[in-house]
Amino acid sequence: MIDLQLAAAEVFMVCAICVVLLVDVWLPDERRLLTFRLALLSLVGAAVCSAYYLPNGSVTAFSESFVTDPASAVMKIFAYLIVGLVFIYSRDFLMRAGLFKGEFFILALFALLGIMVMLSAHSMLTMYLGLELLALSQYALVAFDRDSPIAAESAMKYFVLGAIASGTLLYGISFIYGVTGTIQLGAIAAHFSQPGAITVPALLGLAFIIVGVAFKFGAVPFHMWLPDVYQGSSTPVTLFIGSVPKIAAFALAWRILSESLGDMHGSWQTMLAVLCVLSLVIGNIVAIAQSNIKRMLAYSTISHVGFIFMGFIAGTEDGLQAAMFYTLVYTLMAAAAFGMVILLSRSGFDAENLDDFKGLNARSPWFAFVMLMVMFSMAGVPPFVGFYAKLVVLGSVLDAGLIWLAITGVLLAVIGAFYYLRVVWFMYFVDPVDDSPLDAALDFRVVISANGLGLLALGLFPGVLLDLCARVIG
Amino acid sequence: MLANYAPILIFLVVATGLGLVLLALGFALGGGQKDAEKLSPYECGFEAFEDTRMRFDVRYYLVAILFIIFDLEIAFLFPWAVSLDTIGLFGLVAMGIFLAVLIVGFIYEWRKGALEWD
Repeated sequence: MIDLQLAAAEVFMVCAICVVLLVDVWLPDERRLLTFRLALLSLVGAAVCSAYYLPNGSVTAFSESFVTDPASAVMKIFAYLIVGLVFIYSRDFLMRAGLFKGEFFILALFALLGIMVMLSAHSMLTMYLGLELLALSQYALVAFDRDSPIAAESAMKYFVLGAIASGTLLYGISFIYGVTGTIQLGAIAAHFSQPGAITVPALLGLAFIIVGVAFKFGAVPFHMWLPDVYQGSSTPVTLFIGSVPKIAAFALAWRILSESLGDMHGSWQTMLAVLCVLSLVIGNIVAIAQSNIKRMLAYSTISHVGFIFMGFIAGTEDGLQAAMFYTLVYTLMAAAAFGMVILLSRSGFDAENLDDFKGLNARSPWFAFVMLMVMFSMAGVPPFVGFYAKLVVLGSVLDAGLIWLAITGVLLAVIGAFYYLRVVWFMYFVDPVDDSPLDAALDFRVVISANGLGLLALGLFPGVLLDLCARVIG
Repeated sequence: MLANYAPILIFLVVATGLGLVLLALGFALGGGQKDAEKLSPYECGFEAFEDTRMRFDVRYYLVAILFIIFDLEIAFLFPWAVSLDTIGLFGLVAMGIFLAVLIVGFIYEWRKGALEWD
């Protein structure tokens, strides 16, 4: 019975998805809003379950293949919050595009369930199960707009590349299983803590696992799918894929690299450092050349992944906390940025180009300011929270003695600031191409304003989230 | 250590042997009535060789996917039914949950019209 209590949030989520699914198939189209409300309600319910059944320490269940600890609970609650933002931002856009179907919410909730399972995974197979649930839901979400050829193309690319990456990860896992004789993360960690346990087959398995992790993060040179998928999906799907699954990618790296293969840190540190530097360089420089805002944000994601990797590269508790802080902050920033792209879209018109942001200040000073906060935060300008995220990550790398990596990070962050500030320049100093006023529902306006102000508030009081990360992880 | 793999070796030998014996029997006892249709490769419902860019009714895939889901369900049900007296109430409840989830999926595809051919 205690096992089911530890997985209460996941069990609740499965039941809630079934209820939403069954209610949705009986609803006529004009009452589809009920699906949306039920989906939001299931997020609240899951949050209550996660908070109520939170154990004090780390407790495993189901023959040690599932673990509930404060860190996973905090990240799950954060994931519910972001998915809630995604739903609220998406609703009106989906209605206008004729895509307001129950399947969007159901697939997103299934993807969230996959993320929850990954966060609580304590065996390689549980991790893989969660990963596949997340990935399959995402492939279907990308192809959600069935009449769009570009969406079908990007879904196909994502599916083929994602299948290869999953296979690679599984191949690596099979090597680790062959070496250690177990798939349970704690037992694997115990095996590699013995002297002389790090053999060539184990390193081979590690290399394959790193490829899988890098693909899921979208780190260079495994980033090819990311810009195409971001651009090809309809904006609400881009909003979803660009935000919450980063928490899952963090969970993958955290549980497998830090927790179970932590003693091989000396081996994977160099591999991650190469991926990190490549991501920083390619992400920041190629983003400058983009005229499509979704592609620009895709390359910006790639560069942020480089920063998240820095925390892992440091290999210390501080580094892990910094990576967690960075991941959570990044999902908040990405949700707000894609929310703004949705805000600028109207019926039959996707605001995809940077030009659509021209003169936003003349059209709506407040939302121009919200976008300014998001862009400044992503660029790492104080006092926004993106600055503290970069600061703690760079600090952990410096403490680990990797001064060259910190310098590379700072230099490329400065280069990257250019394309974020270019958006701000477009909004404030260029005449608008199109003068029509922005229209959005009240809840959309309130939530995106809160999201933008949250970046400022967390930047003014970064200690709140930093202390939380420090308390729960490591 | 290697002895553990003996069943696999035996399996391979038997499988190869059985395949060879069946082919040889067909060859020896089959008689000699060979015509063009018998010698042409067989593919159910399609020409064996034609342009790869042919149109293909997507409903075939839908039926195939639905078939696999319920086929797997049966594959789970058989070992469960055989061992029910040892796994007891726990097994009954576990299978109940499994079937309930499948029924939810079944209702969904039914209401969406996936079971109708036209």
